[in-house]
This record gives sequence, structure tokens and C-alpha cells, in this order.
Amino acid sequence: MMTELSLNVLDVAENSVKAKATLIEISVCSDTVKDLMTIVIKDNGCGMDEEQLKRVCDPFYTTRTTRKVGLGVSFFKLAAESAGGEFEITSEKGVGTTVTATFVISSIDRMPLGDMTSTMHSLITLNTDTDFVYRYRVDEREFVLDTRELREILEGVPFNVPDVSDYIREYLSENKKETDGDIIL
Amino acid sequence: MKSLEELKAIREKMQGQVGLRKEDETTTRVVVGMATCGIASGARPVLNAFVEGVAAKGLNDKVVVTQTGCIGLCQYEPIVEIMEPGKEKVTYIKMTPEKAVEVIDKHLVRGQIVAEYTFK
Ligand SMILES: Nc1ncnc2c1ncn2[C@@H]1O[C@H](COP(=O)(O)OP(=O)(O)OP(=O)(O)O)[C@@H](O)[C@H]1O
Ligand SMILES: [Mg+2]
Repeated sequence: MMTELSLNVLDVAENSVKAKATLIEISVCSDTVKDLMTIVIKDNGCGMDEEQLKRVCDPFYTTRTTRKVGLGVSFFKLAAESAGGEFEITSEKGVGTTVTATFVISSIDRMPLGDMTSTMHSLITLNTDTDFVYRYRVDEREFVLDTRELREILEGVPFNVPDVSDYIREYLSENKKETDGDIIL
Repeated sequence: MKSLEELKAIREKMQGQVGLRKEDETTTRVVVGMATCGIASGARPVLNAFVEGVAAKGLNDKVVVTQTGCIGLCQYEPIVEIMEPGKEKVTYIKMTPEKAVEVIDKHLVRGQIVAEYTFK
């Protein structure tokens, strides 16, 4: 199991990278009144057919060849369901996949969200050819990071050169602070 | 809030540098396992430590830090492979950010393999 939800997000988004997505949209939205956190990971990768989709929440299903169990999706599903939430995965071959997980914020069995800044920073700087749209929302406040906008400004300077990589990390952490006032979610 | 103006300034600075070299056959690759097994055992902070350490030591011209999936040694994760051109691949197992700092210093900077952390 993971120790924080942001690690599940990293792991599930890595499936999207493996599925050759060119655009991965990740949103983490918390509604403190409804006591609900919703995490969505949506990609335009290769998608799955019905048969694959049915089996994807089964830990013994994987298309990997190095070991016989795939754990990523089942871990995330378990994390949501044990925190009083729900889990859904929809997919269409050739179109893409969307994973939605909800969590009751106050549930004692909910893992903390953890370091989403590190998760997004790792995803963006490791997969420099993939675009990401990251939306982080807490009640009425939100911020969005769209790498397509950064890409346009950078004119070919890659995301993983130190200055740009540092800028992205600071952008994520400063905006997070302004959005959630540094409360621990 | 960080402005995009700041990013423009970074672009102008970077474009003026010759250091924007693409990866080639002389590049050393640091490959971190980022499958479920790796992530669950702490690969993300290890990756961070390599990215930061490589930049801090000014090694970005010759070292790239990248990721791979599960290589089938899940019980030894976090695993980091270092591939230097013309040399045999070195596999470090059960890595931590602290071990990463040591590996950067000894292996990447001074060329000495840290044998006690390798897979045998
Ligand atoms: N976004 C996606 N697009 C296409 N196929 C996917 C996607 N997510 C999962 N899959 C398919 O479902 C399988 C199971 O995914 P899961 O993350 O559970 O395990 P895995 O990636 O194979 O291994 P790991 O345990 O390292 O995550 C994958 O091997 C892949 O074939
Ligand atoms: Mg996976």
C-alpha cells in the first residue's frame, strides 16, 4: 500500500504515460462542507477494451511481463473504498481512460493527500513530451497548471533543465499555499 | 503567485546558453524504478534527491535522471540503475535520499561505485 494519496496519483498517472497519452488531466478537488475529496486522472492514451477494463481492478491482472500482478489501480480503489468513498474507471479503446476516486475527508481510514507538489513535479519533469493539466481546488479557491501554456512560453527549452524544473516546483507549491492556506488535507 | 513573466526571463537566459545539449551517446543515465513497487517503497523522494543533487553538483550537462517501470526485483525497490557509456550498468537497491547523496558524490562525481548498496 501507499502511505499517501499523492503517491497513488503518481502511480495511476504513470499508467497513462505507459498508455502513450499526450495529455493527462489531473484534478484534486476538496469540498470541506460536503466533506468530500475527489481525485480524477484522465488521459487520452490507448484506452482499454471491455474485457481489459473488467479486469483492471483485479490485482492479478497486468499486461506487464516482469511480474504477474498489477497493483496500481487496485491500491487506489482500495484507498477510496476504505475511506468511505467510491471508485470508478471508464475507458474506451483508442480514446482514453478516466479514473475517478472520492474520499470522505474526515474518515479516519483516509490516507493523507500528501505531497501533490512532488507528484506533479515528478510527472512533468520526467515526461517532458507529455502535457499535463493540473487543477487543485479547495472549496472556492483553485489554481490550474497547464503545461501547454508553459511550453508555448518556453519555445523549446525543456521542462527538465534545472531553472525550469525549479520554477515549476515553486509555481506548484506557492499556488498550493494560496489555494489551501497550507491546511493539511 | 508566480508569474509567467518570470518564465520568459528563464527562457531568455536558457536560450542564450550553449548548455542546452540533448542526450547523446556520452550521457550518463540515472534510471529510477517508478512502477507501483518502486513508488510504494519510496522511489519519489529518491528521484527528487537525484534530480536536486545532480543539479547542485553541476552535472546536468552529462547526467540525465529518468524513470523506468518494474524490472522484476520488487523486493529490492527503490532501485536505481546507473548507465555510463562504455561501462557496465550498476544497480543500486533499497535506495534512500541519503544513499542517493552518497552515490552522487562517489559514483557520479568521482567515478567510484558504492559497492555496499549494489545488487549482487
Ligand atoms: N490509463 C490506462 N490506459 C490504458 N491501460 C491501462 C491504464 N491503466 C491501467 N491499464 C492497464 O491495466 C493494467 C493494470 O494496471 P495496474 O496499474 O493495476 O498494474 P500495472 O501498471 O500493470 O503494474 P503496477 O503494479 O506496476 O502498477 C496495466 O498493465 C494496463 O494494461
Ligand atoms: Mg500501474
